[in-house]
Amino acid sequence: MRLDKEVSTAERLYKIFIYVVLILLAIMILIPVLWVMMASVKETSEHYGSPWALPSHIHWQNFSDAWTKANMGGYMLHSIFVTLLALCILLVVALPASYCLARFQFVGQKFLNTCFMAGLFINVNYIVVPIYLMLSDGDKWLKKALGSSFLLNNHVVVAIVYAATALPFTIYLLSSYFATLPHDFEEAAYIDGAGYARTMLQVIFPMAKPSIITVILFNFMSFWNEYIIIKTLVTARDQWTLPAGLLNLMQAQQSAAEYGPMYAGLVLVMLPVLILYICVQKNLTKGMTVGGLKG
Amino acid sequence: MRRDPKRTGFLLLCITPAVILFTIFMVLPTFNVFRLSLYQRSTFNPNEVFIGLKNFQMLLKDATFIRSMQNMLLLIVMVTVFTMATALIFAGILTREKLKGQDFFRIVFYIPNILSVVVISGIFSAIYDIDRGLLNSILNLFGKNGILWKGEEHVITSIVIAMVWQAIGYYMVMYMASMSAVPGSLYESAGLDGASRLTQFTQITIPLIWTNIRTTLTFFIISTINMAFLFVSAMTGGGPNNASNVALLYMYNQKNLGGGYGYAMAIGVVIFVVSFGLSALVNKVTQREVLEY
Repeated sequence: MRLDKEVSTAERLYKIFIYVVLILLAIMILIPVLWVMMASVKETSEHYGSPWALPSHIHWQNFSDAWTKANMGGYMLHSIFVTLLALCILLVVALPASYCLARFQFVGQKFLNTCFMAGLFINVNYIVVPIYLMLSDGDKWLKKALGSSFLLNNHVVVAIVYAATALPFTIYLLSSYFATLPHDFEEAAYIDGAGYARTMLQVIFPMAKPSIITVILFNFMSFWNEYIIIKTLVTARDQWTLPAGLLNLMQAQQSAAEYGPMYAGLVLVMLPVLILYICVQKNLTKGMTVGGLKG
Repeated sequence: MRRDPKRTGFLLLCITPAVILFTIFMVLPTFNVFRLSLYQRSTFNPNEVFIGLKNFQMLLKDATFIRSMQNMLLLIVMVTVFTMATALIFAGILTREKLKGQDFFRIVFYIPNILSVVVISGIFSAIYDIDRGLLNSILNLFGKNGILWKGEEHVITSIVIAMVWQAIGYYMVMYMASMSAVPGSLYESAGLDGASRLTQFTQITIPLIWTNIRTTLTFFIISTINMAFLFVSAMTGGGPNNASNVALLYMYNQKNLGGGYGYAMAIGVVIFVVSFGLSALVNKVTQREVLEY
């Protein structure tokens, strides 16, 4: 009896210890995020007081300042446009390709699969300079040939670059799902007289919905949060997306010390992703098992 | 195998766009990194002059480059060790113990991973601020003087903290997924034999998910090089006095530093080679017999 009791006391202490550690870690993650949200509604003078003091009232002015004066509204529009366009291009290109690579046997299929796998190791930030050079050389050539150029400073080109560099990861994730489906589905569709395209669009893709959602989520976040490519390929600062514009604002604000609009800008960048995350977090953390290689 | 033109046409239509995009925006630029590293090309003049290995010879004498390589390696080692160790331990606890609010912890720990590096750098400027920073205000509470977190002395530590803060959740969730696949009966019989939690963790959990740990480690090295670049460029821009410069940022900045694109690409080649060498090394060192359950 006594032994049992000792064990359970030790057990209880261990449990309490684990809870304390977990709660501490959760606090370390939550406090900074919540603090920024609090700081975004503080008045300028309040930023010079104790960082822990609560704001006396909610100062929405910061947000309208960020939106208009700091051009966050414009950046937001560019972000939405580039992210959505890149997602559309990515899905239209990657879905059929991964389906064919996973389920058909043809000459060069192994080679292509290896190439796309190797692409997983190439991070876009390694090759952003050559991409820039290629586009700027292309622009110079276009200017000579046509008198105008459109490769740099173009949101559509940026979206294409986003989509292209996300291809290896997306194809890897989608084809590993397609490979698990039994071939009976296609056989049945072919017997019913459906062609290849119809089988793919009406039989296979609807089944792949969970994987497609995972792909959209991961890529939405990486496109929305991206700032190196947009800063490199778009030289006009007012054409940047939210993260790039925000970084610019942060660096400018360090000297001007206008903290309010800066924190409001931070909240504007993270809020859409946070809301999306809370709505779909089950999908996302489940998708991790297949998306385990994302860097 | 059926040979019908419809099938060929369908395959071509489906695969060609992906191959074209992949070739133009990934294969070609990667090839150009290696090609341009043998050329001299200034920032304003697009003419390329072949100069062989001269760029690499110059690199060996470039103190800033050497410093940025050292910083990169230091960050890889520190961030990897801290992230992996913490993520594994917490994943082990969260999968093995019956705790209340497990979902809550899982959701919270993953949050930093979805935030933009720009947002994280903004958050950490608030934390590291000298006078009004969260960290220094806590230190003041204990009667200690504030620390210059982004000063030359502590800047690497500050970046490591931010990077670990960002990465832990992602790896934790990933390890939780593979740990929950380990059958519970193994732990039950080990428990009956009197194995403590620690023994169970080191003798059952770790060996059984070893393949997963290896894969993540390899990718972690490559992604840390990239994340270090993103964090440093957003948080410090490589300063003060190059104390936090990393190789990828030094390469990126050659455009403004006047080193020219050939020189920048030579740095890129060195990073490529080092990252693959490191991955291969880690892969070799961590090789074990694969256990199955």
